[in-house]
Amino acid sequence: MSAATTADAAAASTVELAGSLAASASTTSTGEALQFWVLGTVAVLGALGTVFLRKSVHSALSLAGTMIILAVFYLANGAYFLGIVQIVVYTGAVMMLFLFVLMLVGVTAEDSLKETIKGQRWMAALCGLGFGVLLIGGLGNASIKTFSGLEEANADGNVFGLARLIFTKYVFAFELTGALLVTAAVAAMVLTHRERVERRSTQREMAEVRVRENKHLPPLPAPGVYARHNAVDIPGLLPDGTPSELTVNPTLRSRGQVRDVSAEALESLAALEQRTGEALGREEPGEPEAGPDSNPGGDPGGDPGRNSGGNAGNADPDRAKEKTK
Amino acid sequence: MNPVNYLYLAALLFTIGASGVLIRRNAIIVFMCVELMLNASNLALVAFSRLHGNLDGQIMAFFTMVVAAAEVVVGLAIIVTLFRSRHSASVDDASLMKL
Amino acid sequence: MESLIGLLVGAPLLGAAVLLCGGRRLDRAGHWLGTALAASSFVIGLLLFADMLGEETEQRAMHQHLFSWIPVNGFQADVAFQLDQLSMTFVLLITGVGTLIHLYSIGYMEHDERRRRFFGYLNLFLAAMLLLVLADNFLLLYVGWEGVGLASYLLIGFWQHKPSAATAAKKAFLVNRVGDVGLSIAIMIMFTTFGTFAFGPVFEATGETSEGKLTAIGLMLLLAACGKSAQVPLQSWLGDAMEGPTPVSALIHAATMVTAGVYLITRSGAIFNAAPDAQTVVVVVGAVTLLFGAFVGCAKDDIKKALAGSTMSQIGYMMLAAGLGPIGYAFAIMHLVTHGFFKAGLFLGAGSVMHGMNDEVDMRRYGGLRKYMPVTFVTFGLGYLAIIGFPGLSGFFSKDQIIEAAFAKGGTQGWILGSVTLLGAAITAYYMTRVMALTFFGEKRWSETGKDAVHPHESPKSMTIPMIVLAFGSVFAGGLFKWNESFVHWLEPVTQFEHGHSPLSATAVTSMTVVALVIGVGTAWLQYGRRPVPAVAPRGSLLTRAVRRDFLQDDLNHVALVKPGEYLTRGLVYVDHKLVDGVVNGTAATVGGASGRLRRVQNGFVRSYAVSMFGGAAVLVAATLLMRAV
Repeated sequence: MSAATTADAAAASTVELAGSLAASASTTSTGEALQFWVLGTVAVLGALGTVFLRKSVHSALSLAGTMIILAVFYLANGAYFLGIVQIVVYTGAVMMLFLFVLMLVGVTAEDSLKETIKGQRWMAALCGLGFGVLLIGGLGNASIKTFSGLEEANADGNVFGLARLIFTKYVFAFELTGALLVTAAVAAMVLTHRERVERRSTQREMAEVRVRENKHLPPLPAPGVYARHNAVDIPGLLPDGTPSELTVNPTLRSRGQVRDVSAEALESLAALEQRTGEALGREEPGEPEAGPDSNPGGDPGGDPGRNSGGNAGNADPDRAKEKTK
Repeated sequence: MNPVNYLYLAALLFTIGASGVLIRRNAIIVFMCVELMLNASNLALVAFSRLHGNLDGQIMAFFTMVVAAAEVVVGLAIIVTLFRSRHSASVDDASLMKL
Repeated sequence: MESLIGLLVGAPLLGAAVLLCGGRRLDRAGHWLGTALAASSFVIGLLLFADMLGEETEQRAMHQHLFSWIPVNGFQADVAFQLDQLSMTFVLLITGVGTLIHLYSIGYMEHDERRRRFFGYLNLFLAAMLLLVLADNFLLLYVGWEGVGLASYLLIGFWQHKPSAATAAKKAFLVNRVGDVGLSIAIMIMFTTFGTFAFGPVFEATGETSEGKLTAIGLMLLLAACGKSAQVPLQSWLGDAMEGPTPVSALIHAATMVTAGVYLITRSGAIFNAAPDAQTVVVVVGAVTLLFGAFVGCAKDDIKKALAGSTMSQIGYMMLAAGLGPIGYAFAIMHLVTHGFFKAGLFLGAGSVMHGMNDEVDMRRYGGLRKYMPVTFVTFGLGYLAIIGFPGLSGFFSKDQIIEAAFAKGGTQGWILGSVTLLGAAITAYYMTRVMALTFFGEKRWSETGKDAVHPHESPKSMTIPMIVLAFGSVFAGGLFKWNESFVHWLEPVTQFEHGHSPLSATAVTSMTVVALVIGVGTAWLQYGRRPVPAVAPRGSLLTRAVRRDFLQDDLNHVALVKPGEYLTRGLVYVDHKLVDGVVNGTAATVGGASGRLRRVQNGFVRSYAVSMFGGAAVLVAATLLMRAV
């Protein structure tokens, strides 16, 4: 009982927050109208964002925004309980579940909006447009003149009214939904549960498998961590100066967030070296033989100390440099 | 303003959600669009409740929410399982049901 | 006594059932069982005969109603037997000669692995034939008729490993089918006309029926008779039927099968008497076949085929006599019985010769066998004398009567028929003398050494005894029947009898017959007895070659029936392939093609399905709105 009263109190406060009157006849107050036009536009934008934004996290956030606006609309329509539930259950729990799964599944290439099925987009547009026009036309056709309003139904409080209906008229449906929820919970567990039917293979066994399959045996090479960046999104360079795919995390690769530091980057690096050398007044005896233009792949004779983090698998140029010196 | 505008809004949102289902390939986004459609219908139900002056519409919306919650749980579980076996959440990848 | 009639049929039928279903354990004694059952049927026939003789002439017909076969409203078919003098004659002939042939077969088929089965078929043959002659309605007669056809098929094709035998059996069966169709049509017309097909009511009702219908029935019955009795134009099967074992030939030619047609015509005498046109056709068919068979008999070198031609010719005599109406029925049957004796004797003799000659059938490779097979020679010789009508023997009496009756037909017809029968008698004498001379006289045209060495020898007792018995029949049966006109009086209650008024006196006819006989024998003897015969047949004139091929009957059938049939079949196959299959396959291809195209809609992408679902929902909304608007 106390819960109901607190809910009622909360509802009453939200009514005032929404600034609208739940009770009305054929028209609503100007405040509600304003709220509808402003928030309705935002809701539609959010829905469109859900559909058209490329990144799923952005989609999820747009949807959450739309849902919150819908919660406000529920409150405006006198459905105080549903408004709260919408925020708590939907926006709070369900959307968080979505985000959680998004995180689990990760980012894949399917997020691109490029259509692969022939004619699908046209058909979708046609169907959507037709359906929308029909629905809206049908609504316009229907003679909805007067709204009865919910003053009477909500006389004892919205939660009380709902509870009365749920536990009398809809009690069987209510019980059934309870069963449904339990079943769904069990189903989710059964679906996602994986029984380990075989022994977990040891590290040694996995290594042996890798050897047998002639795969990369030692640990993957480290990314090209430069002092300027100190980041994992820069691939290490192979002896010929091309970036190595192996050195960057696959997720970054599929997202396209890899920074390229090959050819022209090296050129600028070489220019920097030269400027530094001039400034310091250093003489480079091996310069003419191993210029940056004639051999862009090779290290242009920079200081090995500065260059130490450069290429993990790049021992050969270093050695060549040692020789030239 | 006539409260029937809520219904128009609901129709619009429903259609947008449906189009999203048809257009997007990521199963999770498809699923979110389904949620959008459900929410649109909930808005319509709530508006109807106000239209008729009783709470039955809200009850319907309530049940829709409950069922949607159950559906989300099961649906996401399916997506996770699918992703585990196929390493992809694309609905187009699961296209074996053809001749 | 009447209850015994069923046993007449039952005994051989039981034999057939036991022998055919009994399996190998009956292999050792099966032939004796078959012979014993045939003999028991003969004994029962004799008992019934004795009983019948004790009755008044008018009271002699016996009936036995076994059970109601097809009792449908307005359609009553009974299994009932009628044993009158005509049936009695046939019963005694069939069972008597049949038993002798059974006895003969024991020796003849001794080395055949499937002898038990052979006896089963023989018993089946007897049973079917007895059913045919004992039935008291046309439907039951038809059953027997078909049974005879089946048994003949099985027996002619008994050596089925020989393709020629299998083909001959098929040919006999098919040609018989043509006749059977005639009989079934006749029965149908009878049923629509009279509402019944029992002999008594049908024959009584002939007085009130239009002649046209009776002629139709008569012609259809004649078609049936032609099929079974190998009359022109359905004669082609008889020659090939010689592919069967010789006892089968004897059985078919003497006691059963070919006599069925004559029986049918005689039995349906009442119908033919009321349909003179049909009768005329019967006479014409008989006359043509008479000469046809005789000519064929002259040209054949195969002893059995020569005898087959002779059978055709003799049956032609009978048909001719039966076509003459009441003045000829009795003589037709009389000739049938005497012919049964001597033709059975001749065939068994021929079988005996073949038995001694390593199954050689070409008479040109015989010669001078009388020293090696005295018994066969004597019995065959007596049969020969009987068939050519040597005065005092069976054939003489019966054939002489027919010739006299033919003249008695009166008018131009009478003269023509008389001349034909006389000519037939002369040719009969000619070809039979030829057979005799080629087989038993002259020098031997075989050798006891070398590759084709043969050692002619007399056949065992089981074969010679039946031949001796039949020889007795050949010699005395005719005289016995002629004595005091006993046979005619015996049959008179069934077939009626009128004395024909011949334009020539009986003596004149007899002397003319004897003259024809002398001419025939003399010519043949000059040609084959006095001069050496080449072991390989000379090419001969065009006519000879045609006759050797049975007057090109098979070629004629081929051109007139087989070829058009083939064309029709090809046309139908064409229509079937192009039209029927075209429609069927076209439908299938259309459906298949449409499905193949429609299948692409089912691309497996859930979003495509979602589009259709969403589109469907839109259509539903549209429909709802539309209904509202309306």
